[in-house]
Amino acid sequence: MTAIDEPAAEPEQAPTAPGPAPAPAPRRGLPPALRAAGVVAVLAAAVALLWLTFGFLRDADANRFVLVGVAITVGAAGVFFLYWAMNWAVDALPERFREGVRPYVFVGPAMVILAVFLVYPVINTILISLGDAQGEGFVGLDNYRFVFTDSSMLRAIRNTAGWIIIVPLVGVSVGLAFAALTDRLRRGEAVAKSLIFLPMAISFVGAAVVWRLVYSFRPEGFGTNIGLLNGIKSGLGMSPTPWLQQDPWNNLLLMVIMIWMQTGFAMVVLSAAIKSVPDEIIEAARIDGASEFQVFRRIVVPSIAPTIAVVTTYMIINAMKVFDIVFVIGDPRTNKTEVIAERMIQWFFISNNDGRGGAIAVVLFLAIIPVMVWNVRRFREQEVVR
Amino acid sequence: MTALPVEPANLAGTGTDVGSAPPARPKGGAGDVRKGGWFPRIAVLVVVVLWVIPTLGVLVTSFRPEELADSTGWWTAFGHVFDGGQWTLQNYRDALDAGGFQNAFLNSLAVAVPATIIPITIAAFAAYAFSWMDFRGRYVMFVGVVGLMVVPLQMALIPILRLYTRGASIGGWTLFPDFDLSGSYLGVWLAHTAFGLPLAVYLLRNYIGSLPSEIIESARMDGADHFTIFWRLVVPLSVPALAAFAIFQFLWVWNDLLIAYIFLGGTRDTRVLTIALANLVGSRGENWHLLTSAAFISMALPLAVFFALQRYFVRGLTAGAVKG
Repeated sequence: MTAIDEPAAEPEQAPTAPGPAPAPAPRRGLPPALRAAGVVAVLAAAVALLWLTFGFLRDADANRFVLVGVAITVGAAGVFFLYWAMNWAVDALPERFREGVRPYVFVGPAMVILAVFLVYPVINTILISLGDAQGEGFVGLDNYRFVFTDSSMLRAIRNTAGWIIIVPLVGVSVGLAFAALTDRLRRGEAVAKSLIFLPMAISFVGAAVVWRLVYSFRPEGFGTNIGLLNGIKSGLGMSPTPWLQQDPWNNLLLMVIMIWMQTGFAMVVLSAAIKSVPDEIIEAARIDGASEFQVFRRIVVPSIAPTIAVVTTYMIINAMKVFDIVFVIGDPRTNKTEVIAERMIQWFFISNNDGRGGAIAVVLFLAIIPVMVWNVRRFREQEVVR
Repeated sequence: MTALPVEPANLAGTGTDVGSAPPARPKGGAGDVRKGGWFPRIAVLVVVVLWVIPTLGVLVTSFRPEELADSTGWWTAFGHVFDGGQWTLQNYRDALDAGGFQNAFLNSLAVAVPATIIPITIAAFAAYAFSWMDFRGRYVMFVGVVGLMVVPLQMALIPILRLYTRGASIGGWTLFPDFDLSGSYLGVWLAHTAFGLPLAVYLLRNYIGSLPSEIIESARMDGADHFTIFWRLVVPLSVPALAAFAIFQFLWVWNDLLIAYIFLGGTRDTRVLTIALANLVGSRGENWHLLTSAAFISMALPLAVFFALQRYFVRGLTAGAVKG
C-alpha cells in the first residue's frame, strides 16, 4: 500500500477520488440505475473472490508456502479493499445521502465485529451459565453452586487468590528495586534492563518450557537430574525433589514463572517514572540531610505512586486470567495447582460442559469488574489533579 | 482488557524505552553522588544472573546432542566449550522437519500477520470517524467500545465457538449462518480482531483525535474527501501510534495459546507454534533436546522484534499493557 510517505493531501485530487488507486469505472454521467447495478456487481464479485480464496485456504493439500502467502495477502489486503469498495459504493449514492452514510461505513465494521464477538457473547455466556452441559435445559444456579462447592474449584479460587496477591507484590517490588538500582549505575543500565525485560517478549508456553527445565525431576536411579535445581541438590549430595508435585509450594514455583516474565514490564514503566521525578526535590531533601534510602522511601515512591498503582492493577488482572502457564506445565488437578481460567477451559473445552464453563467465565468477569472500576476511578482522579 | 492506565500520549511520546537515558535530565556525570557504589552494581548483577540463567539453560541444551542433553546437566557443557562433539545443530533440523515446527512457524505467520493488520485497519477507520466525522450515536458508540475493554476473553469463547460450529438463530431465523469457521484462519483472525479492537480503537482515537485540526480542515477546504484525508494524511501522520500497536498486537497473537487452541485446533496441518510446543511438552517422555530447540524456534521472531524494534516495542507494550 502506497502513500505512507506522502506528507499531505494532494489538492488537485477530485473531491470523490477514492484513494491510492483511481476507480476504474467512470462514475460521472451514467444513469443512477446503471451505476447502482455496477456497484452491486463489483461488490458481489469482490465477495465471491474472497470466498473462493477462503475455500483455497482450507485446502490441506496445497503447498504450504503458497497457502501462507495467500493467507497473508488476502487477510491484510482484503480488509483495506473492503473499506475501499464500501467507500466507492457510498460515492455512487445520490449526493444528499453520501456524507450522512459515510461515517457509518467507517465505524460500521468495528461495531459489527464488537457486537457479534463481544457484546452478544457476554449475554450468551450468562445464559449458557444457567443451562446444562449441552446448553439445552435450564438448571438455574446449579453451575454457580458447583463453582463455590466443588473441592477442585475451591482450590482454583484459593490458588488464584494467591496468584493475584503474590505475583503483583513480588513483581512490582523487584521491578521497583531494580529500577532504582539501575538508575544508580554508571554503566550498563541499558543492557541490564534489556536482559530483565527480555522474557516479556516470549510466550507463556515458551516460558513454561524454560522453567520446566529448571524444575525438571528424575527419581533416584532413573538417570541424572538435568534440571538446575535438582542438579544443585545432587551436587550438594542431597536427594532430588519432585518440585512440581510439592503441594502447595508448587503453586509458588508456577508464580515464579509469571514474575520472571512480568517484572521487566514493571521495571521499565517504573524506571521511566523514577526518572521523571524532579531533581530539585531530591536535591533539596539531600541537602536537608536525608539518606539515600530516605529519599527513595519518602520522595521517590510517593511521587510515582500513581504509576505503581497502574502497574499493580495490570499485574493483578493478568494474574487473575493466568491460564497458559498452569495448563502447559501440566496435571493441574493432580498437582493441585488449578486456577480459575484454567478450570474454565477444562470444563468448557475438554470436559464439554458448557454450563459449568460459562459459570466459571462469569465469575471471572465479575471478579475483574471491581479492579477495573477502581482503576478507572483512580485514573479519573489523576486527570482532575492535573 | 482493562482500562487505559497508560497515558495515550505515551504511545507516540517519550520516555519508556528500555535502555535509553532520559533526554531531559543528564545526571550521569562522574560527580553525581548517586552514581556508582558497590551495592547497586552487585545487586543488579545478581538479579540479572538469576533472570538469565533459565533461558541460558534452554539455549545451551538446544545445541547439545540428544544423548548428552539427556544424561548430563547443561552446565557441564561449559567444561568442554571447544569440544566439537558437545555441540550440534541436529536438534533444530529435527524439530523443523520431523517435529513439524517449520509448518507451525508458517501457520503462526499466516495467523499473526493478518490478525495484526485487520484490527489496526478497522480500528483506524473507526478512530478517524470518532475523531473527525459527525454522526448520530458517536459518543455512545465510543463509550461502548471503551467499556468493552473490561470483558475478559474467557467470556466470549463459548458463544464464538458455537457461532463457528453451529451458527445462531432465533426461532427459524438465521442470524448468523454456520460458516464452519472453526479450524480456519479466518475464524482466528476474526477472534483476534475482536479481542484487539477495543484497545486499538481507544488508543488510536486518542492519537488521531489529537492531530491538529487545521491540517484536516485545510485538506477539506482543498476538496479532499474523508477517505483521501484518512489514507493520505491521517495514516502517515499516525505511523508511530500504528507501529506501536502493531508490534504489541503481533506479539500478542504470536504468543497466544488460548485462542489458537480453541479456534484453530491442534492438528498437524493447522496448528501454530505455541500449540505445537505445548503438545510437545504434553507428550510424555522428556525430549529435552527437541523441546529446547522447538522453544527457541518459537521465540526467534519475538526476540528479533524485541532487539530490532525495542523502542517501539516498549511503547506498544506499555500502551497495550492492558489487553485481555
